[in-house]
Amino acid sequence: MSWVNAIIQGILIGGLYALFACGLSLLFGVMKVINLAHGDLAVVAGYVALGVIAVTHVPAVWSFVLVVPIFAGLGYIMQRTLLQAALNRSVLTTLLVTFGLSVVIENGLLQFTSANSHALDIGSLVSDSFSIGSQITIAYLLLVIFVVAVGVLLGLQYFLSSSRQGRLIRAVADDREAAQLSGADYRHVFGIAAAIAFGTVALAGLAFGMYSSFDPTIGTNQLLLFAFEAVVIGGLGSLWGTLAGGILLGVVQQIGAQINAADQILAGQLIFLVILVVMPQGLTGRRAAA
Amino acid sequence: MSSTGQRAAPAEQAAGPAPVRVTRSRRSSLWAGIGAIVVVVILGYLPYIVLSGTTDLLVNVFILMTMASMWNLLAGYAGLVSVGQQAFIGLGAYFVLILANHGTNPFVALPAAAAGCGVAGLLVWRMVSRLRSGYFAITMWVIASICELIIVRFPSLGGGTGEPLPGFASLDPTLLTAYTYWVSLAVTVIVIASIYLILRSPLGLVLTAVRDDETGARSIGARVSPAQRFVFLVAAAGCGAAGALLIISQLNVAPAAAFSVQWSAEMIFVTIIGGIGTIEGPILGTIIFFVLQQTLASYGTWYFIILGLLAMVVAIWAPRGLWGLIADRLHIRLFPVGYWLRPAGQAPRPAGLAAGDAGNAGPG
Repeated sequence: MSWVNAIIQGILIGGLYALFACGLSLLFGVMKVINLAHGDLAVVAGYVALGVIAVTHVPAVWSFVLVVPIFAGLGYIMQRTLLQAALNRSVLTTLLVTFGLSVVIENGLLQFTSANSHALDIGSLVSDSFSIGSQITIAYLLLVIFVVAVGVLLGLQYFLSSSRQGRLIRAVADDREAAQLSGADYRHVFGIAAAIAFGTVALAGLAFGMYSSFDPTIGTNQLLLFAFEAVVIGGLGSLWGTLAGGILLGVVQQIGAQINAADQILAGQLIFLVILVVMPQGLTGRRAAA
Repeated sequence: MSSTGQRAAPAEQAAGPAPVRVTRSRRSSLWAGIGAIVVVVILGYLPYIVLSGTTDLLVNVFILMTMASMWNLLAGYAGLVSVGQQAFIGLGAYFVLILANHGTNPFVALPAAAAGCGVAGLLVWRMVSRLRSGYFAITMWVIASICELIIVRFPSLGGGTGEPLPGFASLDPTLLTAYTYWVSLAVTVIVIASIYLILRSPLGLVLTAVRDDETGARSIGARVSPAQRFVFLVAAAGCGAAGALLIISQLNVAPAAAFSVQWSAEMIFVTIIGGIGTIEGPILGTIIFFVLQQTLASYGTWYFIILGLLAMVVAIWAPRGLWGLIADRLHIRLFPVGYWLRPAGQAPRPAGLAAGDAGNAGPG
C-alpha cells in the first residue's frame, strides 16, 4: 500500500510541478526562449509574499491576491524592456540575459535576506489531512494545490483557444511575421504572454512556499530544472502534456524516494533523460521543434 | 593542428581582376606573439619573487581563464551555449581524487582526468547533439546535476561532504604551491594555444562561419556537426583539466562546490564581458573579474551581482564585449586567426579589411 500512497502523493505534487512548468512552456511556445530565471522568480514571489504579509497582515493563503497581479505587471514590463531588447539581438542572447538575471536574483536575495530558509505560515492547514484506509494520507493543502493547478491549466487552455487575446498569442507563436502583417503588435502579445507566465510562476512559488520551505538557492537548484523536465517529459505545445509531464515527474520522484530516500531527485532526472533520448517529442507533444 | 604558425607567411592568391594579397598576420601580431612569450616567461618566474598568496590568487585566475576560454570556444564559435560545463569540472576533480586514492600522483592524474572528461564528453554528446539553444543549455545543467547526485552516492568518494586529496603528504608546502602554480600556468597556456591552433586550422574556418551564422554555414556545405562534436570534446577535456587544477589547488573536493552552477555563471560572465567569439575576450574578462573581486572583497557577493548586471548589459548593447570595442577602435588582433585582404603591392591597410575575423554578431 505504501506504493499506492507514493503514487498518489506523486500525482498531487505533479500538479504543483505542472503549475511551475506552464509559464515556462507558454514562453517557450510563444517566443522560442527558455527563461532561465523562471525558478528564481518563484522564489522571489515567496519573499514578496512574506513582505506583503508583514505589511498588510493578510492571511498567507490570500497573499496571492496581491502577489500574482504584481508579478503579472512585472512580467509585462520586463518583457517590454529587458527581454525584448535581448530578443531583438538573438535567442542565445535572451538565454544569456535570463541566466544573468537568475544569478543576479539569487545573489541579491542572499545579500539582502540571508541563506536561511523561510515558509509561508498557513497555520494548521499545512498538516491537516484525511485518510483513506490505513496507509494513504492525503494533505488538504496538496489536494487544493492540485485542484488549483488543474484549474489554472483549464483556464489557460480556454483562454488560448477561445479568447481574442489567446488567439493572438497562438497566431504570433505560429508565425510572427504573418500575425504582424495582419495587424497584431507582437511585442504587446509577448508582453501578455510574459504577464501570464510570471503570474502563474508567482502562484506556483506561493503554493511551494506553503507546502515546503524555500531559500534563495532553491530556484535554480530544483524549481527551474523540475519545471523544464515537466515540459520536456510532457511534450511541447500542449498544456495537458505539461500536466502529464509534471505528474509523471512527481510519481517517479516519489517512487524513487520509496526505494531510497536520497534518490528522489535523481530518479526524476533520470526519467527526464530517458524520455529525452527515447521519445524526444515527449508524452503528448507534436514533433519536437527544438 | 600540426601546421603551427608557418601559414602566417603571406600567401599569393589571384582573386578576380585585381590581384589581392591575403595574409594572416601583420607586424602587430608579431609583436603580440613576442609579448605573449615574454608574459608567460615572467609569469613562470614569479614563484621565485612573490609570496605564495599572490601565486595562489593567480592559480584561481588561470583556472577561470581556462574555463572561460573553453566556454568561449563552445558558445562563441560552435554556437553551443551550455550552462552545465560544471559537470566536467566536477568529474575532472573526482577523476583526480579516484586516481590519487589509488596511489597516483595528482599531477600525473591531471592529464588522465582531462582525457577521462573527453571520453565522458563523447557519451554526453551522443545524448545532447540533437538539442538546440535553450534545450541544449538546460539539459547540460540537468546532466551536471545528475553527475553530482551520482557522485554523492559513493561513500568511498566522501559522499555529500567531500574528501581531502591524498598524495602530497611528503611534499614541502612551498614546493607544492610552486608546482601547482606552474602546472596551472602550463594548462592555461596549452588551452589557449590549442584554441589558437584550432581556429587557424581548416576547422577554425568552419567554426568562425558557425559563429557568424550557423544556418548559413550549413547551407554552404560546412560540416558543422563534426566540428561541434570536436569542440564539445575539447571543451569537456579543458573543463576537466580545470576541475583537476581546482582539487589540486584546494586539496579537497566537495560535490556541491565542484558541480556548482556558479562555475558556469563565472565562465559565462567573464566571456561575455570580455568579448565572446574572440580569443582575447575571456582573458580580458578574467582579469576584470579578479580586479572587481579583489576590490570589492569586503562587500560579500556584490562583485558577482555587478558582474551579472554588467554581463546582461554587454550581452544586449555591446555583444562583442569589451575586447570587441577595443579591437574595433585600435584595429588590433593579438591572436591572428582571420585573414587580411589587401591589393597586391600595397602596405596592409588597417581599417576594416579583416575577413573571416570580422563577424559583427556575438553568439548566434
